[in-house]
Amino acid sequence: MEPVQTRSIHVSQSPLYRALGDRLFVGAILVLCLLVIGIVLVMGWQLGSAGSEALAAFGFWGFLSGSTWDPVQNIYGAWPFILGTLLTSLGALALAFFPALAVAIFAVEYAPRWLGSALSYALELLASLPSVIYGLWGLFVLVPAVRAVQESVYFWAADYAPFLLPLLGNPIGIGMTSAVLVLAVMIIPFAATLAKDSIALVPAAQREAAYGLGATKWEVIRLAILPYARGGILAGVILALTRALGETMAVVMVIGNSNKLPFTLFGPATTIPSAVINEFGEAQGLQLSSLLALGFILFLISGALNLLAAWIVKRMSVEGRL
Amino acid sequence: MNEQRPLTVPPKLEAARAGGLEADLKPRMEAQGLTVYYGKKVGVGNVSMPIYANRVTALIGPSGCGKTTFLRALNRMHDLTPVARVEGKALLDGQDIYAPGVDPVDVRRRIGMVFQKPNPFPTLTIYDNVIAGLKLLGVRRKNVLDEAVERSLQQAALWDEVKDRLRAPGMSLSGGQQQRLCIARALAVQPEVLLMDEPTSALDPISTQSIEDLMSELKKHVTVVIVTHNMQQAARVSDFTGYFLTGELVEFGPTSQVFTMPKDPRTEAYITGRFG
Amino acid sequence: MRPGGNLERRKLFDRFMLGLLILGSLLVVAPLVLVLGKVFLTGLSALNLAFFVEPYRPLDEGGGGLAHAIVGTLMMNLLALLIGGLLGLAGGILLSEYPDHPVNPFLRVISDLLNGLPALLKGLVIYTLFVIPMGRFTGLAGALALALVMVPIVLRATEGVLKLVPWSVREAGLALGLPRWRVILSLVLPSALPGVITGLMLGFARAAGEAAPLYFTAGGNLNLSFSLGDQVESLALTIYKYAGEPSPVRQEQAWAASLVLTLLVLAAGLLARWATRKR
Repeated sequence: MEPVQTRSIHVSQSPLYRALGDRLFVGAILVLCLLVIGIVLVMGWQLGSAGSEALAAFGFWGFLSGSTWDPVQNIYGAWPFILGTLLTSLGALALAFFPALAVAIFAVEYAPRWLGSALSYALELLASLPSVIYGLWGLFVLVPAVRAVQESVYFWAADYAPFLLPLLGNPIGIGMTSAVLVLAVMIIPFAATLAKDSIALVPAAQREAAYGLGATKWEVIRLAILPYARGGILAGVILALTRALGETMAVVMVIGNSNKLPFTLFGPATTIPSAVINEFGEAQGLQLSSLLALGFILFLISGALNLLAAWIVKRMSVEGRL
Repeated sequence: MNEQRPLTVPPKLEAARAGGLEADLKPRMEAQGLTVYYGKKVGVGNVSMPIYANRVTALIGPSGCGKTTFLRALNRMHDLTPVARVEGKALLDGQDIYAPGVDPVDVRRRIGMVFQKPNPFPTLTIYDNVIAGLKLLGVRRKNVLDEAVERSLQQAALWDEVKDRLRAPGMSLSGGQQQRLCIARALAVQPEVLLMDEPTSALDPISTQSIEDLMSELKKHVTVVIVTHNMQQAARVSDFTGYFLTGELVEFGPTSQVFTMPKDPRTEAYITGRFG
Repeated sequence: MRPGGNLERRKLFDRFMLGLLILGSLLVVAPLVLVLGKVFLTGLSALNLAFFVEPYRPLDEGGGGLAHAIVGTLMMNLLALLIGGLLGLAGGILLSEYPDHPVNPFLRVISDLLNGLPALLKGLVIYTLFVIPMGRFTGLAGALALALVMVPIVLRATEGVLKLVPWSVREAGLALGLPRWRVILSLVLPSALPGVITGLMLGFARAAGEAAPLYFTAGGNLNLSFSLGDQVESLALTIYKYAGEPSPVRQEQAWAASLVLTLLVLAAGLLARWATRKR
């Protein structure tokens, strides 16, 4: 700090320089921040206007509910992609929720310190591995394993429960099941980390209140910890859901990309992001506009969910509960 | 330090008689050479004292003297702190709660606790807060629960104030009411002993008054041990007093005797306000 | 006295739930181990010198390496780091050093939003804003999309570490008569430097793994190019493309590229742990 101090004596002698310096600095920072804010605001507007051709051609609700997506006839409806996105995301959330909650509880309440921080690091890693790597792994490791399981289920159903076959679809590995599994693995850290943080914030007095009543450790968790932390757990779930909705590369690599309804449990399906990636190369005119309109819909959904999660987190920190 | 000075052996029935109290005293709990270590540090050392049934026993002393540490040893709360270790015996109805095979969960059900700050479960209603412990025990019948809620809230002197809004959140009550709700919650499982860790230190004078008024009622149903940093409070509410200093029990006896004719000069110094 | 008779059952249930919790935790850790194991095993055996120094070659010429993608990744990410780093630093400084600034509530919401928006959309926006008007894919557009990925990560990390700097440091500087901007630049930022650099590293690592936004902006390029005005390849894009190729050579290159990206992420994560642990 010594050299700074010596220089500063010289600097501080000019009041004009000081005032001007502070103004310039804050001004520059502010311009950059406004730029960030501006970009995000422009994002929504830009996607909406780029997709406006499609939205005008089919009407907003017509585009949302149209179930035909046919570049040959130039008819575009978003419903298969919206449905696929919702099914894969909610499926992944259903699979991810309990393991995520379990690892959060275990890391905070049971694990010794070293194990707890090792689990935190593992969650960070899970969250930061690139999507394409999950996709690559999904394609070469997960899909063959899934296919093997699917085949045995399929043949069992063919013998004993043939009415299930239309629900199951073709056991080819690539498809809805694999996409849901990959997504589940990818969103666990988002749900788990927020849950972990809010469980760690539960005051000792709450735990002791439950212990003092003669509660077992699990009963303490159920009675005192989970209710207290439910805001953070909920926010984590929503955040995980937004991740799943927007997840692109890993899904596009394993889902099979078929927009033919109805979707089946095993068979290929599609999502908004995977449709955009898949068709972007050949898309022109109305098709391109329709893809951008899909992007706009995704923007609306994930933007709204993000704001909701942020609001819940904020309420939680002010109020301590929801 | 503990080795150098002979421990004041707690007088039992003799002391009680000397203090002019009735002779039907029987100890509900008894500490025998109870020592709590935090790591290698002694939190409170070699404490032996009885806790008489249906009496209020106050534990006093300057902060850091080990009175709360001792209190938490009486229902095995230290089990939850990894660095804490307890030696010696704490008998409940003649049985050591630290004996192998005794379950701390069961101990804490039989020996309830009220904490410094009111800590009702924030997401539960008043009603559900009171029955939280009963639900753990598997009590499901509506009329049993209803009765328990009314009885416990009556005993905690809160019934009249909340009987019309049992479904309101527990957090909607004032601080003093919350603390009485916590007392009701502890009473609902019908513990034999109620440990109170400075239950009024976070409360305003009026709420403090209401809790103190409760004490004489409470001891009809339950044996009470109260830690307090407030000597006047101990004098007002307790039948027996234990004085702690730097991790040891200096003196134990009937409250009237401890406050008027302390046997140990250190107790006298504290009582007369020379330190602490 | 109420019976404590259900205690045995409750203790059993307690054990059972602990078992479930451990099982759930294993379910979380297992995929990580499986993915990392596969990436390391397959990637290590596929990694060689040619991977780093040779650009793309057709399969009948041996397949070459991924030098063109490495160069492209570095070029785009460094430019993105410059832009996104600057924006993120500015945001972090505003939030931490001027806590009462009226813009802050908006900035915080926007930063959360940007953090949660799919990277795909960041690519699409740059596509509509730059690629369509310019009429072609460029590395520059790719860098802009990656910058959008980095901004919220750098912003959050910067705000976090700057807030760890005790107020006394700022007060000491202000008491010496230093203007506020000098206090921030000469005292606060330097004492938080490891954390700030970590934030930049985390942003860099995250952006380096993104393929989706580049798909619409950089466009990919099999030729080695050192110009951001051209179409540019990246490692992540390569993994996506090569995963679909039937040739084992290409697939191995995809695994090797995965290993490189994984190591980058691991290094950034470890650095972040180290930088925040020191306090």
